[in-house]
Amino acid sequence: MGTDASPIVSLRGVRKVFGENEVLKGIDLDLAKEEVVVIFGRSGSGKSTLLRCINFLEEPTAGSVEVDGIRYEAGPANRARRKTIREIRLKTGMVFQEFNLFSHLSVLENVVEAPTTVKGMPRREAEELGMQFLEKVGVADKRDEHPIRLSGGQKQRVAIARALTMRPEVMLFDEPTSALDPELIGEVLAVMKDLALESGTTMIVVTHEMGFAREVANRMAFMHEVALIEEGPPAEMVGGAKDPRTRRFLEAVL
Amino acid sequence: MWVLIFILLAVLFAAFRFNTAFMLEWLPFILGGVPLTIVISILGILLAVPLALLGALGRLSKNPVFNGASGFYVSFIRGTPLIVQIFFIYLGLPQLAQYAPGPLQNLFILGTVTSGVLALGINYGAYMAEIFRAGIQSVGHGQVEAAQALGMTRAQTMRRIVLPQAVRVIIPPTGNEFIAMIKDSALVGIVGTQELFFRASKIGRQYFQNLETLVVAALIYWLLTSIFFYFQGRLEKRLEKGYVRESGPHGH
Repeated sequence: MGTDASPIVSLRGVRKVFGENEVLKGIDLDLAKEEVVVIFGRSGSGKSTLLRCINFLEEPTAGSVEVDGIRYEAGPANRARRKTIREIRLKTGMVFQEFNLFSHLSVLENVVEAPTTVKGMPRREAEELGMQFLEKVGVADKRDEHPIRLSGGQKQRVAIARALTMRPEVMLFDEPTSALDPELIGEVLAVMKDLALESGTTMIVVTHEMGFAREVANRMAFMHEVALIEEGPPAEMVGGAKDPRTRRFLEAVL
Repeated sequence: MWVLIFILLAVLFAAFRFNTAFMLEWLPFILGGVPLTIVISILGILLAVPLALLGALGRLSKNPVFNGASGFYVSFIRGTPLIVQIFFIYLGLPQLAQYAPGPLQNLFILGTVTSGVLALGINYGAYMAEIFRAGIQSVGHGQVEAAQALGMTRAQTMRRIVLPQAVRVIIPPTGNEFIAMIKDSALVGIVGTQELFFRASKIGRQYFQNLETLVVAALIYWLLTSIFFYFQGRLEKRLEKGYVRESGPHGH
C-alpha cells in the first residue's frame, strides 16, 4: 500500500479564497489506491475545506484535482467543468460530521436514492446492494426506520452505507465522530477501521481521533493556518515530526 | 364565551328587523352559488400552486432572467388590487386577441369563470411564492450538500430531496390561502359569475333587500370556511406527527 505508481487522488496547488480571505493555501497531496490518510490539525486550519474541495462542495479558486483519471482544473464555471465535477463526485463518497441523512426517507430509501436517481439502477438491484452495505455497517434491522428514530452512531453508519452504495473509489470523512456522544464514537470508528483494513477502501479522514489515526492510517497530514505543514507515516509523525508546530500539536492531543 | 357572542349577535340580528321569511325564501337560490364558488377556488389554488413554485424557484435562482421575471411577477401582482387584475384579464385580454393569428383568437376571449380562475390563480400564486420560498429555504443546507456529494444534479436535488421536505412547511399556510381564496372568489362575481356573492347581491338589488341577502351570503361563507378550517386542522396534526412512524411490515 502507498507504493502504487499512479495515485488515485492527486491535488496540485489547491487554493481557496473567499473574498479577501484565503482559506486554503496551495495544497499538494497524493493518495494511492487503498491508502488511508488522516488529516489533523486545529479547527479552522483548513482541513474540512480541503476535503470539500475534493468533491467540490467548495470549488477551488486555483489548482487542480484529479480523481481516478478525471482531472479538474480551477477556472470559471462552465458546462465542461460542471460535467467534470459530477464525474468526480461519482467517484467520491462523503460522510459528514452532521450525518445529513435525508430526513423524509427511511434508512433503506436513503441508501437507494442516489443509485436509482443518479445511476438509473433498477430499484430491486439498488435495494439488494443497499442491504449488503447496511448489513456491513450493522444497521440492516433499521431499514424501514426514519433517521429521526436512530441514534447518532446509527445515523452515521447509515450515512457510510449510503455513500458506499454508490461504489466510490475514494471515501471522504469530514470529522465523522465529532457530533457523536462519546459512547457512540467506537461503533463508527469500528466500521471505518473495518472498511480500511478488511475492504481496502481508499480513505481521506479529517478527525481528531489520534488513536484511530495511529492504528489505521498509512499517512498522517498536519494542517496549520490553512496550509499543509507536513505528512508522513504515523510512526514517524508521532514523536518524530520535523516541524515544531506539528510536534506541539501532537504533544497537546496525545 | 361563544354562547355570549351568539346571544349578542341574535340581539343585533333582531335589532335590524330582518325579513327572515325573505331570507329563507331565497336561501336555496343563493346556496346554488356554492358549488361554483368552490370550483373557482379549487381551480384557482390548483393554478396558484405551480405559479408559486415557479415564482419561488425564480426568486432563489441565480439566473438573472428567471430571477428578474419572477421578481417582477411577485412585485407587480402583490402591488395591484385583485379587482383590477380580474377586470384586466376579463376585459383586457380580449383586446389583445386582434393581434393573435385567426384560429388562436378565441383563446383570448374568456368566460367569466375562466378569467376569474386565472385572476385568482395568478394573484394567489404571487403571494404563495413567498410561502414556497420560505418552505424551500427551511430545508437544511446539509440535505443539499449530501445530495450533491452523491452526484445528484440541482434539479434532482430539488425534486427528490428539497421539495418533499419543503411540502411539510408549505401545506399549512397554503390551506390558509385556499380559505382566503374562497372569500376572495366573491370578487369574481363582479364580472358576472353566478357564484355565491353574485347571486346574493343580484337578489338583494332586485328586491331592495341588500342587507338580508348579504347576511345570508356571509353566513354561508363563514360555514364554508369553518368546514375547511376543520379539515386543515386535522391535516396539520397529521403533518406534525411527520416522520415519527412505527416501522411497518416490509411491503416491497
